[in-house]
Amino acid sequence: MSSAMIFRAALSASVLLAIAPARAERILVSNERGNSITVLNADTLETIKTVPVGARPRGIVLSKDGKTLYVCTSDADHIEALNLDTLAVTKTIPSGPDPELFALSPDGTTLYVANENDNMVSVVDLAENRITTEIPVGVEPEGMAVSPDNKVIVNTSETTSMAHFIDATTHASIANVLVDARPRFAEFSADGKLVWVSSEVGGTVAIIDAETHKIVKKLTFAIPGVPKEAIQAVGIALSADGNLGFVALGPASRVAVVDAHTFEVKKYLLVGQRVWHLAFSGDQKRLYTVNGVSNDISVIDVPSLKVTKSVPVGPLPWGIVVAP
Amino acid sequence: MGCWFVRTGRILAGMVVLLASLGFGPASAQQITNIEIPYLSLVVKRTIPQAFLDQPAADEGVQGARLAIADNQTTGKFVNQDFHLNEALEPDEASVIAAFQKFVAGGAKFVVTDVTPPVLLKLADLPEAKGVTLLDATSIDDALRGENCRVNFLHLLPSRAMMADALMQYLVVKNWRHILLVIGKAPLDKLWGDAFRHSAQKFNLSIEEKPWTYVGGSQRSDTGHYEISAEVARFTQGISYDVLVVADQIGRFGYLLPYHTTDPRPVVGTQGLVPSAWARPFEQWGATQLQNRFHDQTQRWMTDRDYGAWMAVRAVGEAATRSGSADPAAIAAYLHGDTFELAAYKGARLSFRPWDGQLRQPVLLADTQALVSVSPQPGFLHQFFELDTLGTDQPETTCHLQ
Repeated sequence: MSSAMIFRAALSASVLLAIAPARAERILVSNERGNSITVLNADTLETIKTVPVGARPRGIVLSKDGKTLYVCTSDADHIEALNLDTLAVTKTIPSGPDPELFALSPDGTTLYVANENDNMVSVVDLAENRITTEIPVGVEPEGMAVSPDNKVIVNTSETTSMAHFIDATTHASIANVLVDARPRFAEFSADGKLVWVSSEVGGTVAIIDAETHKIVKKLTFAIPGVPKEAIQAVGIALSADGNLGFVALGPASRVAVVDAHTFEVKKYLLVGQRVWHLAFSGDQKRLYTVNGVSNDISVIDVPSLKVTKSVPVGPLPWGIVVAP
Repeated sequence: MGCWFVRTGRILAGMVVLLASLGFGPASAQQITNIEIPYLSLVVKRTIPQAFLDQPAADEGVQGARLAIADNQTTGKFVNQDFHLNEALEPDEASVIAAFQKFVAGGAKFVVTDVTPPVLLKLADLPEAKGVTLLDATSIDDALRGENCRVNFLHLLPSRAMMADALMQYLVVKNWRHILLVIGKAPLDKLWGDAFRHSAQKFNLSIEEKPWTYVGGSQRSDTGHYEISAEVARFTQGISYDVLVVADQIGRFGYLLPYHTTDPRPVVGTQGLVPSAWARPFEQWGATQLQNRFHDQTQRWMTDRDYGAWMAVRAVGEAATRSGSADPAAIAAYLHGDTFELAAYKGARLSFRPWDGQLRQPVLLADTQALVSVSPQPGFLHQFFELDTLGTDQPETTCHLQ
């Protein structure tokens, strides 16, 4: 081998080393019955590790720097912080009893936690690692969302059947919007102008104007051959370009694809059984769905709106996040 | 407890902020409307003979109503509605009737009831009851939904017919098609026997029927298990069947049948695998939250009767909130209307059947420690509501509302 070739080989090795840290995206799934987080390589869709966490992990959210996964461990009555480099739980964060779902403020400093058992939203200061205040809401708070401008938080209460709009600074109530039975999830549109709220028992999605707090459209769903009782709206994912909304329909085992401008349902995609929550890949070309009964995730190719694959995860998977 | 006071203090402080900023304007924020929910119970001491475990609590029913009032109040705070439960827990029929008359004289247009079927009929036929909705929280009697129905009845718990159908659908799915139906001597056992027989015929199961007449010593006496073992083995000998269905409403003998049959056969019905509105092992569709709230309040587990009362009081709360009205007549009208829906931890929208006032709902199949299934079973189809594959459907009803 000539010295030039050796030099070239060494050069390509160093180029390889330089790009090595840009590892594949990872998919993180909470397994409610497995008491674990499944970590998957998003390129190969293979499990990298199953990380044990506290009892009954449900809602999960990624820190703004992408280095930490916050996990609501509902039966452990706290939040756990999972270090995504070491894949180990590094600390616990107080949450109030039975944390189910939560949202991170856009500046990454504050967690808003729905405490299902005590009709409260806990406000957690992450730097101080303490609950700074609690906001009373309706019975069985569940869905949480923060507006992109960090000014408004929205909580849904399942038995009260309302979306509570709350001032993020004063924590005073702004409006309480009655929606269909058992609202489970709230999601702001990318421009912050609309809030989509799913009602599980009602089987609908209310699209609420964030300014006037009026319901501008109520989405209903009908799937040939599927009993209407099985159509139960839960997770929602809205594309960053503002064009598409995806709604998980629970025991109907379908994801509805909605035109986010006309609010028409374009298509129903068959996924695994009892689909709960949804997450986009970083480039928004894929949408992952978590399927609670079939214990797997489904992969949707967003450009073609086709389901391409299902991948097994842990028992009763519930929440999902994609980490860079 | 100290912690609880701190928390409550915070809740109240927060509520003041919340109410002040509800956006109803300062004047209307003060105008909280009060909604009274009358709860009328004939207190009867209930016991399970032949068992010392899990005897019914004295406050079954009313505790469900109390929990529902707390849930209504939390919701009501956001729409300026406050709810109060007016409890009348009466020792006899005469005082039940007097309490009912007092409620109606006070303007009540709906009353939640926890009384026996004959007393419910007496209430319904009082002249004062005209135009008053009776939310029957605890009865499962088919006749109240059939030949004895009244236009002002709404029934919260599933009827015997619905529970029998829930069980028989499951037996069909399992392909356990030959049943041995064992019916006790009590009148209520006969009603269960009728419901199981009718349902088995509906789903084309074959029935061998045998009355339980044995009155032995107590299983609980020393060596009592030898006696019962021999008796049940004799009773079930020489019969070919897949599953034993027992009709024993209050538990005189049904608990003694499992594991004693000559052939190894499961026991289902009023004991063993039981169809019910609510069950201790049930934790799906958010039921865990209701189980926890109830247990925190009472230090015991929720029963069907508690759940029926919870649903009745929540139904009134839902009608008040959705109709935006505190007027008892408007609330009663909303309950009877076709937009009424109740979410009650069954993953389905529950609504009242217009032909007999029965709340359509899934029925659980469970034993004491495990939820086995939830009916209607997949594949039992219906033209309008799959939930209407359970119980008496419109074409069969003997209720001709008046």
